[in-house]
Amino acid sequence: MRKILSAIGAACMASAVLWAAPALADFELNMPQGVTTMSRDIYSLHMQILIVCAVIAAGVYSAMIYAIVRFRKSKGATPAKFSHSTMAEIIWTVIPCIILIAMAVPAARTLVRLEDTRDSELTLKITGYQWQWHYDYIDQGVAFFSMLDRESNATRQPDSGLDPFEVENYLLEVNNHVVVPVDTKVRLLVTAADVLHAWWMPDFGVKKDAIPGFVNETWFEATETGVFRGQCAELCGMDHGFMPIVVEVVSREDFAAWLLRMGATGPAFTEREPADQEMRTASNE
Amino acid sequence: MSSTAADAHGHHGHESHGFVAWCMRWITTTNHKDIGTLYLLFSLAMLFVGGAMALYVRAELAVPGIQFQNPHFFNQMTTVHALIMVFGMIMPAFAGFANWLIPLMIGAPDMALPRLNNWSFWLLPFAAALLVMTLFFDGGGPAGGWTLYPPLVLQTGDALPFVIFAVHLLGMSSIMAAINIIVTIMNLRAPGMTLLRMPLFVWTWLITAYLLLLAMPVLAGGVTMLLTDRFFGTSFFEAAGGGDPVLFQHIFWFFGHPEVYIIILPAFGIISEVIPTFARKPLFGYASMVYATASIAFLSLVVWAHHMFTVGMPLGGQLFFMLTTMIIAVPTGVKVFNWTATLWKGSLSFETPMLFALAFLFLFTLGGFSGLMLAIVPADIQYHDSYFVVAHFHYVLVTGALFGAFAGAYYWLPKMTGHMYDERLAKWHFWLTTISVNVTFFPQHFLGLAGMPRRIPDYATQFADFNLISSLGAFTMGISQLLFVYVIVKCIRGGPRATAKVWDEPRGLEWTVPSPAPHHTFETPPVVK
Repeated sequence: MRKILSAIGAACMASAVLWAAPALADFELNMPQGVTTMSRDIYSLHMQILIVCAVIAAGVYSAMIYAIVRFRKSKGATPAKFSHSTMAEIIWTVIPCIILIAMAVPAARTLVRLEDTRDSELTLKITGYQWQWHYDYIDQGVAFFSMLDRESNATRQPDSGLDPFEVENYLLEVNNHVVVPVDTKVRLLVTAADVLHAWWMPDFGVKKDAIPGFVNETWFEATETGVFRGQCAELCGMDHGFMPIVVEVVSREDFAAWLLRMGATGPAFTEREPADQEMRTASNE
Repeated sequence: MSSTAADAHGHHGHESHGFVAWCMRWITTTNHKDIGTLYLLFSLAMLFVGGAMALYVRAELAVPGIQFQNPHFFNQMTTVHALIMVFGMIMPAFAGFANWLIPLMIGAPDMALPRLNNWSFWLLPFAAALLVMTLFFDGGGPAGGWTLYPPLVLQTGDALPFVIFAVHLLGMSSIMAAINIIVTIMNLRAPGMTLLRMPLFVWTWLITAYLLLLAMPVLAGGVTMLLTDRFFGTSFFEAAGGGDPVLFQHIFWFFGHPEVYIIILPAFGIISEVIPTFARKPLFGYASMVYATASIAFLSLVVWAHHMFTVGMPLGGQLFFMLTTMIIAVPTGVKVFNWTATLWKGSLSFETPMLFALAFLFLFTLGGFSGLMLAIVPADIQYHDSYFVVAHFHYVLVTGALFGAFAGAYYWLPKMTGHMYDERLAKWHFWLTTISVNVTFFPQHFLGLAGMPRRIPDYATQFADFNLISSLGAFTMGISQLLFVYVIVKCIRGGPRATAKVWDEPRGLEWTVPSPAPHHTFETPPVVK
């Protein structure tokens, strides 16, 4: 019995530590904070719920462990007779309700912001295919396909004899990167040509289903430059695991220059509302 | 279990011998205990069929790169693993307990509709065979995920109509079982067994049966629409013809969310029987347990779209489904608190059923917390379709539902076989399973948060370490289940005789009949005071 007790204790401690670990560690164990306004909002919401859950779990699990340790027949515990307590039941119905309301309010607020796709300066249409992505900068007349790069593709073949660990960004590299400007609200129009797909970029806090015949809308505004990687998140057939997404966030000037190289026919950015005029930079020239 | 069968021979006058007679006895049986046994054995067999598929998946995912077959076969394995585990393993397991125990618990001589009972069992092996058979067809078995989302599922080869027919058969079986259970509970209770005196296992099954009646026909309708889209030129789910692929998701999850409660509620019932017995104290808050179960069931009918927060729903819809989903935490919390209060000031002993019940209490609660996190729409945008979801639903389905079934199996095995099981081996089974299940599924939380999508056969190298740990856990867990079979076989063949009560002070009419329970019980109803 003693052994079981200590084993239960150890298991609980281990799971408590593991559960709390994401709060301390970065990237590997936890959700990335990401580089967009929204991904940071999502991250802080995620941390809030995680902490609330961890605190409640600590309370509930301590009560369970205490009962298991303290009220053992082998230690001569005699059972009490009580079988209900209206007061206790009211308390543990009402308190969770209050906690839930406290959790729902910030969540609803973030959700409202998430759904607001107005005032974007750039529109990018994304179409999922089995098994690649098509990107279309619809106001600029730039469009291209983007699929798994050759090296990953060769390595992932059965019996390729190649070592995935030797490949840089194995399965997370594509032949054509998507390029977007920093500090710019980019509106995404997501659809699919054959079956369902989902465009997921963890660092942007964006995941949207691509549905044939329907166009979904979402947005992001990256605040840092860099190269970011994601994957298709909705099962889309045999090569679902092999249609990654790579987005390069560059300065607005570099973005305009990139568009010109790609043979753009329209201006790099869409006019914003007049109030935002002075916010815009010279990259529109 | 087969010793019950042997007793039955004596009682029943099936004196003809030989293999054919033996087969016919089991094929034509209308006895609730026989049919319960068949359900349980079938479910045990399916645990290994579905488990083998899971082990294929974990073997493929142990290290980066494609190890075995092509990704199409991997997708078939994940799909059929889920269908087998949900429809072939866990639901029949609880149907088996329902058959065995509901008549015993309410003091009825048998189920109300014995022939229907026979039919609802015997559909299952054929449905499962039909489903597994499709793996050998041209184009392979279903590979679009157990959710069968169109348009992808319509790309299935020759297997599609067979899979749909298998789902129809499984649904018919469930509906008939549900009707039988409702009719039995409503009509065959012993005098004095009022509704609010019924054991909680009976209550949870009554509510589950109603959920089955509401949910299964919706699934049948949905898959039939897939069938007509594929073969009869309709366009329910085809945008080009005026349909909508998302409509299927709404239909599927209108079935699918009640389905997850269909799976977990009977486990709640079992846990509510086991904990009071080994705490030697009545269940805390019986009435609130019943009401909590009923509210969970009601809420389960109005939260389905929380499985689809990324499909592009209107803001109002997302808010509604987020809030209703969060509310489920309240009655679920009530249940967890009541179980904890049952332990409080009890006199606890730790036989294997209790160990599984306590593990359920800890680990199902953990799955509940990740469920609450998933309900928060903005956060769900990151969690959705990642390994975080895989970790979440395996915590509620394996350490929730399956651990409930394990607890029930050890709790009632002496009643069914007349022998005590080997406690030492059973404890080995418990510890091996509980440790390995956490090694398997806990790291998957991290994988999902770090960005690993579910349903992929190969992954980027930064996910390698946790995947290897998870695979090692999965193989330990798989192998440990052989011990479970050994304990059951040993218990059927012999062991110390079990008394009628089996445990110290169990509550319920099933403990008033001898162990093993005779083939016919309560031919004259007991009087419940």
